[in-house]
Amino acid sequence: MTGSVLITILVTSFATYLSRFLGVLSAEKIKETSKIFRWFNCLAYSTLAALIARIVIFPSGTLSEVDYLVRLIVVILSIIVFYLTRKNIVYPTLFSAIILALFSSYI
Amino acid sequence: MINTKYFVKGFLSIKGVGSPAIALGASFIAIGALLKNVGFTIQESIFSTFLTYALPGSLVMAESMLIGASLINIFIAVWLVNARLYPMTVSLMPLLMHESQPRWKYYLSCHFIAVSSWLIMKDNYTVIKKKNRIDFWIGIGTATWFVAITSTIIGYVASEYLNKDILIGLAIINPIYFTCMMVGAMKTVQISLSVVLGAILGPMFYFLSSEWSILFGGFVAGTIAYFIGEFNDR
Repeated sequence: MTGSVLITILVTSFATYLSRFLGVLSAEKIKETSKIFRWFNCLAYSTLAALIARIVIFPSGTLSEVDYLVRLIVVILSIIVFYLTRKNIVYPTLFSAIILALFSSYI
Repeated sequence: MINTKYFVKGFLSIKGVGSPAIALGASFIAIGALLKNVGFTIQESIFSTFLTYALPGSLVMAESMLIGASLINIFIAVWLVNARLYPMTVSLMPLLMHESQPRWKYYLSCHFIAVSSWLIMKDNYTVIKKKNRIDFWIGIGTATWFVAITSTIIGYVASEYLNKDILIGLAIINPIYFTCMMVGAMKTVQISLSVVLGAILGPMFYFLSSEWSILFGGFVAGTIAYFIGEFNDR
């Protein structure tokens, strides 16, 4: 391994572990029945939703080569497939991948 | 030390209809291919997934290296994109904490917190007694971590065969998986509002600051959802 790559990996993993570590530290003083726990629960779900929405609407990398309208339609169709298959997670994910790969190879 | 029965039960949660294995696999195959293109060796790629195990962080790292960003800038960019792990940890660990369990388990196993493992645990914790939840969680974490590392290797080795169309197909799987899991988790007013508002405000804040949009958008959305939910319950 070259030195600079190794250091970059270590810096990345440290920056990532930091939030997890501080999370456990804070969690030691928080009861699962408390209001602050419920607030953090909301924050976790909303931050995740914000992250996923950003990946779909403002993607970086390969996804940005697909028109945003197509991405949005695929997301909506996949949610419909998710409900039609009684919340089976495997079908909508495979469905979306095949649709998008086909779409991108024909257009 | 670790109760094998609950560890195995957690480990096996990657099977079945709610399985994150496909989504995790797809995205880490893409990461493996990306790291190869950035110039990583296979050992470095494995090491990266092994130590970081959070997809957006690895993506930011690879992108930053391509534009030659400094270590400080990489640190800040990765920290910002992965800071969501803080509220995720705070909203998970109190559910797993039990006085009979040693604390090192919590500080070590928090490494396994990533969106997919977190969503499975949130979905299933009620069926496990509190005392055994941490071992169940370590099982989930080990399994998802294992899938991620294996997929990184597959992606690295197979990168020559992955054309643009396949990579686009792989790239959509993860957001679709997360979207479905989140929609499936919308069972209370608070969580439903958190998800819907987060999905609207996150991209809106992107116009103000691309780096801070997830944290700002998530914070504002989650706080509004919390207060509306509390008011609604009264």
